[in-house]
Amino acid sequence: MSNQNGSGSDRKFKVVGTRPIRHDGLDKVTGRANYGADLALPGMLQGAILRSPHAHARIKKLDVSKALAMPGVKAIVTSADFPEIGSGGMAAGESHIDPKDLQANIMARGKVLYHGHAVAAVAASTIEQAREACKMITVDYEVLKPVMTLAQALAKDAPILHEGRKAVGVPPLPEGDTNIMMRLANAKGDVDAAFKGADVVVEGWYEASMAHQGYIEPHATVVTTRENGQAEIWCSTQGPFAVKSMVAVTLQMDPNLIRVTPSEIGGGFGGKTTIYLEPVAVLLSRKARRPVKMVMSREEVFRATGPTSGTRIWAKLGVKKDGSFVAADTRMEFEAGGFAGSPMGAASMTLYAAYNIPNFRFEGLDIVVNRPKVAAYRAPGAPNAAYALETAIDELAQKLAIDPIDLRLKNAVKEGDVASYGPKYDRIGFIECLQAAKNHPQYKAPLGKNQGRGVGAGFWFNVGLQSSATVSINDDGSAVVRTGNPDIGGSRASMAITVAEELGIPVERVRPLVGDTDTVGYCDLTGGSRVTYATGMAVIEASKNVIEHLRARAATIWGCEVDAVEWRDGQAVGTNGASNNKPLSLADIAKQMAHTGGPIIASASVNPPAAGPGFGVHLCDIEVDPETGRSTVLRYLVVQDAGKAVHPSYVEGQFQGGAAQGIGWALWEEYLFDKDGKMENPGFLDYRMPVASDLPMIDTVVVEVPNPLHPYGVRGVGETPIVPPLATVGNAVSRAIGVRMHQLPMTPPRVLDAIETKKG
Amino acid sequence: MESVRYEAPNNVEAAVRLLAGENGAKVLSGGTDLIVQMRLMNRVPTVFVDVKRIPRLSALALDAKGLRSGAAVPAATLYGNETIRKLWPGLAEATDLIGSSQIQGRATWAGNLCNASPAADSVPALIACGATVVIAGPKGERRVPVEQVNVGPGKTSLAPGEFIVEFEIPAPAAHSSDAYQRLIPRSEMDIAVVGAAVALTLDAGGVVKAARVVLGAVAPTAILVPDAAAALVGSKCEDAALERAGQAATAAAKPIDDRRGTVAYRKKIAAVLTRRVAKIAYDRARAR
Ligand SMILES: Cc1cc2nc3c(=O)[nH]c(=O)nc-3n(C[C@H](O)[C@H](O)[C@H](O)COP(=O)(O)OP(=O)(O)OC[C@H]3O[C@@H](n4cnc5c(N)ncnc54)[C@H](O)[C@@H]3O)c2cc1C
Repeated sequence: MSNQNGSGSDRKFKVVGTRPIRHDGLDKVTGRANYGADLALPGMLQGAILRSPHAHARIKKLDVSKALAMPGVKAIVTSADFPEIGSGGMAAGESHIDPKDLQANIMARGKVLYHGHAVAAVAASTIEQAREACKMITVDYEVLKPVMTLAQALAKDAPILHEGRKAVGVPPLPEGDTNIMMRLANAKGDVDAAFKGADVVVEGWYEASMAHQGYIEPHATVVTTRENGQAEIWCSTQGPFAVKSMVAVTLQMDPNLIRVTPSEIGGGFGGKTTIYLEPVAVLLSRKARRPVKMVMSREEVFRATGPTSGTRIWAKLGVKKDGSFVAADTRMEFEAGGFAGSPMGAASMTLYAAYNIPNFRFEGLDIVVNRPKVAAYRAPGAPNAAYALETAIDELAQKLAIDPIDLRLKNAVKEGDVASYGPKYDRIGFIECLQAAKNHPQYKAPLGKNQGRGVGAGFWFNVGLQSSATVSINDDGSAVVRTGNPDIGGSRASMAITVAEELGIPVERVRPLVGDTDTVGYCDLTGGSRVTYATGMAVIEASKNVIEHLRARAATIWGCEVDAVEWRDGQAVGTNGASNNKPLSLADIAKQMAHTGGPIIASASVNPPAAGPGFGVHLCDIEVDPETGRSTVLRYLVVQDAGKAVHPSYVEGQFQGGAAQGIGWALWEEYLFDKDGKMENPGFLDYRMPVASDLPMIDTVVVEVPNPLHPYGVRGVGETPIVPPLATVGNAVSRAIGVRMHQLPMTPPRVLDAIETKKG
Repeated sequence: MESVRYEAPNNVEAAVRLLAGENGAKVLSGGTDLIVQMRLMNRVPTVFVDVKRIPRLSALALDAKGLRSGAAVPAATLYGNETIRKLWPGLAEATDLIGSSQIQGRATWAGNLCNASPAADSVPALIACGATVVIAGPKGERRVPVEQVNVGPGKTSLAPGEFIVEFEIPAPAAHSSDAYQRLIPRSEMDIAVVGAAVALTLDAGGVVKAARVVLGAVAPTAILVPDAAAALVGSKCEDAALERAGQAATAAAKPIDDRRGTVAYRKKIAAVLTRRVAKIAYDRARAR
């Protein structure tokens, strides 16, 4: 696509933008790659967790004595083994977690807050023994009424999950005990007056179900501890350094005693930015003086690990006849799960970010319910917010009889506009994305009977944060690049491409590695669409530092000044005075390393305070069976600004993967609980994520409006693709059946109901 | 710790002896239900009696009288057989719906039937085709129509020590055909919310002479719906006849509310699928 002028764009790339085979591919397709559950240590025990059979209950008594006497049992851990800690925020990826809550989510203290909440853990010689012993632990529960929905949580006489805990945030705050943990609100302009001046106003409630990230690899860890207090942790995580600090805080131990090695990771999507098993395994290992392995089942993953919030959002949007937005008002209710901390804050910041709306207001509530504690999930909060706003925009387009892309073009933010959440936009590519969608053949393809086309857009900030990288040169002229970011989306390939680009060597000659917390410099976790952007910048810097060494070595070989050596196309080339020397390749210099100063290695670190935001526009064509309400996705297009696609296949893969997850959320995925709050569908059979045959090949257009903050123009691309689909799919279904849908997922019975209600 | 034995007899009598010998014995065919349930629900038998080594259970014979299929023949072999696909296209498409390619390499009709899920896909189609099972047991062999095998969710009429040896399906009369469809929210790897199978025989003029209509997932077992069949007999499956058959299906359906569907939705879909499937079966029968 277009590649207008801007930072990085005049550079002619050799390797960036190509599609080499990923370095980790062979091991993955041959089954050699080692995931979290693959490590085995001599003498290793197996750990199992006893989980609450109740959604909401007080633990009155817990007796492990019988279980301890069971064959093979070596250690049992309950909340009594965890140190008491005070409250206070702690940054963890994209959300803030209270350490006390983090610990209580890992092992229930006093109260269980969802069905599947951990109450005790056993380490035994075999997993069967550990499971048998769990059954022998007796727990005396005082069962409380579960609070399963937002409506129940907000009801006047609602049971309170956290007695004595006060709501925080922007007043007015609820008085006394409440399930509202936080309230945020903000406004600009005179919203009420502006609505009075609007020609058309739409308003409505938009509901989305809690949704799981659905990573294929369940959480898994192996831990060994030493007599001196050290703990070695191997686990499947998006952030080894984050695991280190979270384990340190939950166990109140010196972080220096902890080393975390990330395994190969089978998906995370944000869900592996927090911890569940690791501190438990540390305690079990300490007690048993043996290594301990813990692996979750799929059922445990569903019952006890991070979904993202289900939401109820009321939105109101007013426009002039010409389509210009004049005012917006929103109230967002977010399910946090058993503990505070939904992504409502990010949702409120992204809500209006894609458009110029002169007058707006929002209120957001973080609400606890007896469901699993939410964790980050790809652009946390933004899909829920976009579902409401982008649906309202579609309704307006229909009311005004304006093309839905034109309506967005009329109001879209561009360079120089001030974002609703504060900063002024630098170069961004929203308009370019809208235009590319409009010009795409799909937008002109004729629609048949019972078919509808949906349009939706999305925004995500992306983040920078701290990263470091080390590049070293081998004596054969090949290179190794090490970072601390687990590769969840093809980032090793991007890091290798970056080194190859800078040093001018083939990408196959670069080995990209992900190190543990002791062997690489600090890196914030893999999340926020930051790795190719921020860690990539550290790799560029480290590569440049290597080039400084290479020039110095060439100068030593030639006996000239460093200034007379230039690095060009992978070679040291002599200039002023040194130009009659035959250029030296990286391999030539590497061969002579030992005589010119020893090994060549360089590191760099970055801490970019910002990242270029990413905008996307999606198109979805759907056919609805009018007699069954069943939807079939016919065509789907993702258009997104990648700034610069370092490895275009993985950029496209991110676009397609985000869209697939979003389509699943919109059409099929939902948490079903029985009346006691027990999840009824904790498996992929009935928690219906899309399978390959459910989706058409998802088409992509990679727009490249360079990000001025990055030397190549890179923008993060991992999260934006899940922001538009909820509304895009919803708008397609609504247009196909001629009824506006307000609730996700749009399952066949729900859609059939809507069709029949319309018929009367 | 529990231990599980595995036996693989090579004749029917030995299998009967093993099965009759202990309460915890389980027939193992493809294992696509059995092994999953053992892992997920901790239902561990004392002994697996693998019947795949018994030659009679893997044999497949087609002649003028019809099909005789060993109980351990996997789905992939059945729907991969061109003659089966031609004679019983509905049964073939139902068999083809079970799981994925990987599952179909193992899954069997006998397992689908004896797992006794009301939502099993091949069962309505087998019943529509008039299939019979040959059951071997301590008292010898007996023949039973497929619709009499299941008595409730997870329950069969097989006595201790009995197991299914063969399926017999009579060759279809002239101008006959069948069809099967299920409704699932996704496109595969899902369990039928409703399933419907219809088998029809027409006269030379295209009028329905005989019909069997079977619904899955709307009652404790797959059910024959004689009223729906009666609505089709004497018709050329015109809209009015289809409508009546659909209404009869709705009336006969006695579904439950569960995580896969509601009573009201399932009753509606029973009618929709009955109409659609009858029409397909009719068009196929006309073409023969
Ligand atoms: C991923 C997946 C997807 C699936 N999708 C579908 C689907 O779409 N539709 C569907 O209907 N099913 C589906 N199934 C269920 C299963 O594959 C079918 O029910 C299959 O036909 C079972 O056959 P089997 O040979 O594997 O049975 P097994 O697992 O071997 O046995 C099942 C039961 O039948 C008994 N049994 C087996 N053979 C005999 C015999 N000869 N005599 C007496 N009892 C016997 C066993 O003891 C056991 O109780 C799916 C399963 C999986 C794992």
